[in-house]
Amino acid sequence: MEGVLSILVGIFFAVSIYLMMSRYTIRIMLGVAALSNAVNLLIFTSGRLMREVPPIIPEGASVPAMPTANPLPQALILTAIVISFSFLAFLLVLAYRAYQELGTDDITQMRVAEPADEDLPPVSY
Amino acid sequence: MQTLIFRTTAPFLAALMILFSIFVTLRGHNDPGGGFIGGLIAASAFMMYGIAAGVEYVRRALYFHPISVAAFGLVLSSGSGLLSMFEAQPFMTSQWTFPTIMGVEVAISTPMFFDIGVYLVVMGSLTSIALKLEEE
Amino acid sequence: MAGNADHAVDYAAGMLMAPTSLADWLIVAPSLITIIGGASLVMLRYQAKWHGYLACFYLAALVLVDALLLSRVMVEGPITMTMGRWLPPFGITLVVDALGGLMALIAAIVALAVCVYSLADISVTSTRFGFYPALLWMMTGITGSFLTGDIFNLYVWFEVMLISSFGLLIVDGERIQLDGAMKYAVLNLMATTLFLVTTGYLYGAVGSLNMADIALRLREMPEGAAPMGTIATLYLLAFSMKAAAFPVNFWLPASYHTPKIVVSAIFAGLLTKVGVYALIRTLVLVMPEGRDMLSDLIAWIAALTMIVGAIGALAQNDVRRTFGFLVVGGIGSSMVGVAVGTQDAITGAILYAVNSILVMTALYLAFGILMRKNGGKVNLADLGGGYRASSWLSILFLALVFAASGLPPFSGFWPKMVLVESSLKEGYGWLAFSVLISGFITTIAMGRVWAHAFWRGGPIGTQDGRDAAPLYTLSEIVRRRVFVPVMALVAMIVYIGVYPSPVFSVSQYGAATLLKPDQYFDAVFGPVRAQEKERAEAQAVEGHRLNEASENGAVQNSEGAH
Repeated sequence: MEGVLSILVGIFFAVSIYLMMSRYTIRIMLGVAALSNAVNLLIFTSGRLMREVPPIIPEGASVPAMPTANPLPQALILTAIVISFSFLAFLLVLAYRAYQELGTDDITQMRVAEPADEDLPPVSY
Repeated sequence: MQTLIFRTTAPFLAALMILFSIFVTLRGHNDPGGGFIGGLIAASAFMMYGIAAGVEYVRRALYFHPISVAAFGLVLSSGSGLLSMFEAQPFMTSQWTFPTIMGVEVAISTPMFFDIGVYLVVMGSLTSIALKLEEE
Repeated sequence: MAGNADHAVDYAAGMLMAPTSLADWLIVAPSLITIIGGASLVMLRYQAKWHGYLACFYLAALVLVDALLLSRVMVEGPITMTMGRWLPPFGITLVVDALGGLMALIAAIVALAVCVYSLADISVTSTRFGFYPALLWMMTGITGSFLTGDIFNLYVWFEVMLISSFGLLIVDGERIQLDGAMKYAVLNLMATTLFLVTTGYLYGAVGSLNMADIALRLREMPEGAAPMGTIATLYLLAFSMKAAAFPVNFWLPASYHTPKIVVSAIFAGLLTKVGVYALIRTLVLVMPEGRDMLSDLIAWIAALTMIVGAIGALAQNDVRRTFGFLVVGGIGSSMVGVAVGTQDAITGAILYAVNSILVMTALYLAFGILMRKNGGKVNLADLGGGYRASSWLSILFLALVFAASGLPPFSGFWPKMVLVESSLKEGYGWLAFSVLISGFITTIAMGRVWAHAFWRGGPIGTQDGRDAAPLYTLSEIVRRRVFVPVMALVAMIVYIGVYPSPVFSVSQYGAATLLKPDQYFDAVFGPVRAQEKERAEAQAVEGHRLNEASENGAVQNSEGAH
């Protein structure tokens, strides 16, 4: 099971890296979204997998009766999902605003901060 | 969305959703639910009301600016961890009390206030974003 | 439910039972002050005119708390607090050692300086947009990163820092800011995601998130049991990206000159240093084996970063971009210490990070004053006549030029000396050489900035001292607000330069704790061990009593049988 998920994580990473190497911001955003999903799956897999044994301590006991699924990765993933979702939302708005203001979604054309035809520094002194 | 049916039912539906969101938040300690999902439900209620009646009605109904509500939630959440200072316990140690109100034992605890804070943060920030989007 | 359980739960097995003293609350105070401070400013969103003063008040409180923390650490050694009474490694542990405490204190001082400067520089519109809450919440993330002892918690603080920095970066929403923010946001998000990936791997390999616990487990693991090389390399890549080390440094000079000058100042001072701090923390404390494996690679990265930073600074016309490349160069110098890895070298790295925080912030702020005086000119070709505008400013700026280049008697000199000495001792002659050569090129670049901006009379095409561009004079209150922070920072830089022993001894103690972390581990697990010992003793006594009781019972029973 871990092996299958590892391959899936690998596919996710490949997709996201391929998309992020694009010149167009919208594809980069899609790549970022795929990347965060890849990471979540990776954490899930690295916490080891176990089916249908929720980590609930039965009434009257103070330890679980049998080995249970690892709850920690799920807590980590929940945190990571919320964070990456808010970041993605921010990035999408930013990309949209940048498209409005700069008139392009091609990052090689975004040269306002670093103009291509910038003067060289003076050589006096 | 100017259909008559939607505009008439939206206030009731929104009130129901907010009630439900409070229910979901309060049951969240031991059952599925909690501040985050409760806040989402409340925010969607305000969004829906905004679509039906207009943003200015929602702002008037909320009275406080949603972002201020979110900030208050943040203060409440971080403040709920402070109570353990008086018990000489580390930050965020949960404190419980079980007063009996009208014959019913009510569990009041700092995790509950933390959850209410989360509820307010999520509700406030999402409502603020949604109202801004609906205005545009 | 914790209280009304109808069966006995042995809380002592999983929870810390010893009372927490009020003084230990100092550890969470920095995060709380900034979180609640930021939230209170947002709640007072219609009283925008109070925002600046309140934010300065909160940051002054932060400086005070961090100073108290550091002074306690210097007396008692690392101090810890585990959230919610859970025993480490299960609860989130905050740990303050000399390194974290020193960085947090310097960061708070710099933030306070920037906040005072912002009183004169941030318009009411930007205040309404939420400049000061974003500043405070960024400080939450930064101090949280310095004070945490949990690697996933470090990731969360990184994200807090990152999202508030996005807000600060686009505070005016200008075209150039959106352009810079695109590059900054995407690349920093990738860096933190990479950090999360690595943490996932580390958790999969070790099964813990508490840094002290991971470090102990990794030290006990047999060689090759965990993919140390992979994890260490990934951490190196992630934190190099955050810290803007070569070859993943190019987002920094592309974005740091776009926001307001106060934002540039605090970014240049703090954000990259958090990356360096995380690199030191993970590679030196948590996985020294990984650092040994990668030391040559880190040395190459450090050398190339220094050289690229210095040459890049030389090639820029826009002075703010020159400073951006200087930040990159400073990161290289700090990484030299990580590469060499002896106690002296780590001391040098910490000292250099402290120096770089102070100098880069002060440089941006000082240049901001000049920009106010000459109407926002930033290109070397257009600058000039700075000395006539303000002789004080030119003297302060000259001090900063010397400090940035690493010349005595300013704070930049000592860390470079320590770094060169320790790399020569460890046989990294070429690394020492590149420290010196990058310092030399930086001196040229910075000297040129000073000469063009202050020494000559006017821009290119005007005669020296005559018909220069008109200069604005600042009103008394603005002058006080912009000069006091810069002067305070320069005074600290001179103080550290002339009398380095206090900062030096703190850094040395920090480096010693990192390299021989027994004290650190004791601080984290001391309460647990003490509690376990107590329980074991209590159980032994109890068991003894039970044994006696049962023996007596047996005797009585046998008697009864008679």
